[in-house]
Amino acid sequence: MNVQTVATRKVSPDVSAKDAAIAIDDVTLRFTTPDGNMMTALRDFTMTVAQGEFACVVGPTGCGKSTTLNLVTGLLKPTTGQVRVMGNPVTSISRDIGFVFQADALFPWRSVIDNVAAGPLYRGEPKKEAYERARDWIARVGLARFEKHYPHQLSGGMRKRVALAQTFINQPKILLMDEPFSALDIQTRTLMQDELLTLWSELKSSVVFVTHDLEEAIALADKVYVLTAGPGTVKSVYQIDLPRPRVMADIRYDTKFVEIARVIWDDLRQEVQLGQRRTLETGQ
Amino acid sequence: MAALSPSDSSRPSRDAAIASAEMSAKVRARRRYALIITLRLLLLVVFLGLWELGTDTKVIDAFFFSSPSGIGDQIWTWITEGTSQGPLWQQIYVTLEETFIGFFIGAVGGIIAGIILGRNRLLADVFSIYIKIANSVPRVVLGSVFIIALGLGMASKVALAVVMVFFVVFANAFQGVREADRAMIANAQILGASPFQITRTVIIPSAMSWILASLHVSFGFALVGAVVGEFLGAKQGMGLLISTAQGAFNANGVFAAMIILAVMALVIEFIITQIENRVLKWRPAPFSGQGT
Repeated sequence: MNVQTVATRKVSPDVSAKDAAIAIDDVTLRFTTPDGNMMTALRDFTMTVAQGEFACVVGPTGCGKSTTLNLVTGLLKPTTGQVRVMGNPVTSISRDIGFVFQADALFPWRSVIDNVAAGPLYRGEPKKEAYERARDWIARVGLARFEKHYPHQLSGGMRKRVALAQTFINQPKILLMDEPFSALDIQTRTLMQDELLTLWSELKSSVVFVTHDLEEAIALADKVYVLTAGPGTVKSVYQIDLPRPRVMADIRYDTKFVEIARVIWDDLRQEVQLGQRRTLETGQ
Repeated sequence: MAALSPSDSSRPSRDAAIASAEMSAKVRARRRYALIITLRLLLLVVFLGLWELGTDTKVIDAFFFSSPSGIGDQIWTWITEGTSQGPLWQQIYVTLEETFIGFFIGAVGGIIAGIILGRNRLLADVFSIYIKIANSVPRVVLGSVFIIALGLGMASKVALAVVMVFFVVFANAFQGVREADRAMIANAQILGASPFQITRTVIIPSAMSWILASLHVSFGFALVGAVVGEFLGAKQGMGLLISTAQGAFNANGVFAAMIILAVMALVIEFIITQIENRVLKWRPAPFSGQGT
């Protein structure tokens, strides 16, 4: 491949790769709202994530970003179209999937180690091994001294570390993340992004990372999906050719990064403005 | 750029200032606590003193409203000589036994029913109307039914206590299950939990603070159920003691029994709080997690 002046290029969304870890194929999703109206959340949505690829999804508020993740878990069923994970149609929650939530989804009545061991124990692993592995994962996210603490005794960043350990201990081939760091302050967030990239590079999972923060998306991703204002569909896909390993604290000052951000933001801005105008007009 | 730092010489004096400020804050807190205790005792003494004075000067009729010394005498007599229906401790024991059995059955039933209906939409929609109706019936009246059906023995009192407790615990358990955090349930699901594991490890613990809060209230109800049951017809117990005293126009006896019941309720309330604090030790501070 030639060296490009611009590190980003538009690619077509439907790269129908045979080895795709996640393939969302021309999906439309409609809801019936409680007052009986039909609402289209996603329209003709196509997305592929190759094995080991890090994909970010950005878009205006309420465009159905998080919905895409629920399609992959199987918690939502597409109205038309098909979702495949590791080549198989999604029927129930796959054991290959890990999910990091925006909200705090730790169990507050369990200590850190009990939280991290939850996944293996649910999956029927013997207690001793589950706790051994949990201890190992807690050490890997740097919380070895906090095994016996309860979530309320930890800071927001530490709770996120526990959440990462809780998810990664299941060694998911597919990692879904729904604005996981949006509630953290900017310094903690940068640290957590580095942490995530380190863990990801060891595990080689395929990631779908939903965020409203474009810079976060570019800094983390191999591929950025820009969605339109609702009903969500893919507006454009950008390949991010920044070298890895990346250091979050520095990458923001990289000239290539700034250039990419400007190109994608031009694209995204129209949708954000459209979404905002629509919200103000309809009052919803 | 030069980093500024306080000179070392000022540090000891500053530490001393902080230490003395902490000390005086502690002293102030202790003084305030002592003041509250003193005021509480003072209020009690003034209240009892005025009551006693009122009956001595015939402003208050001791025949109807008793007097602190009369109540004290009555309790002393019961302790030393026993009541008309046997020793005092036996009356307390009988009432407590009925209360506890009723409380236990009602609470366990309420928790199980609350969890089952909370987890099953269809059952909840079908049963909710009947539970509302049953809940609006003044349940104390059922005491008469139970005495007719189950006799003067323990069963009728236990049945009344069960009915009093069940609905309170049920309503709270149901609400607690419904309020369980959706993200937490989804998290457990994706981590690999089966529906049963979700109920056991997510739903029940998160409903626990609701359930325990209801146990506080409902223990009082169990006691009311047992006493009212005895009141309506019994051979033993504190309720019978009250009803006998009432029949003999013995106001001292009614008040004395009331105070003994209050002490019983307070002691058990204290024990429940201890258990609650132990079970919910994961919470930031007692009660702060309630209702969220």
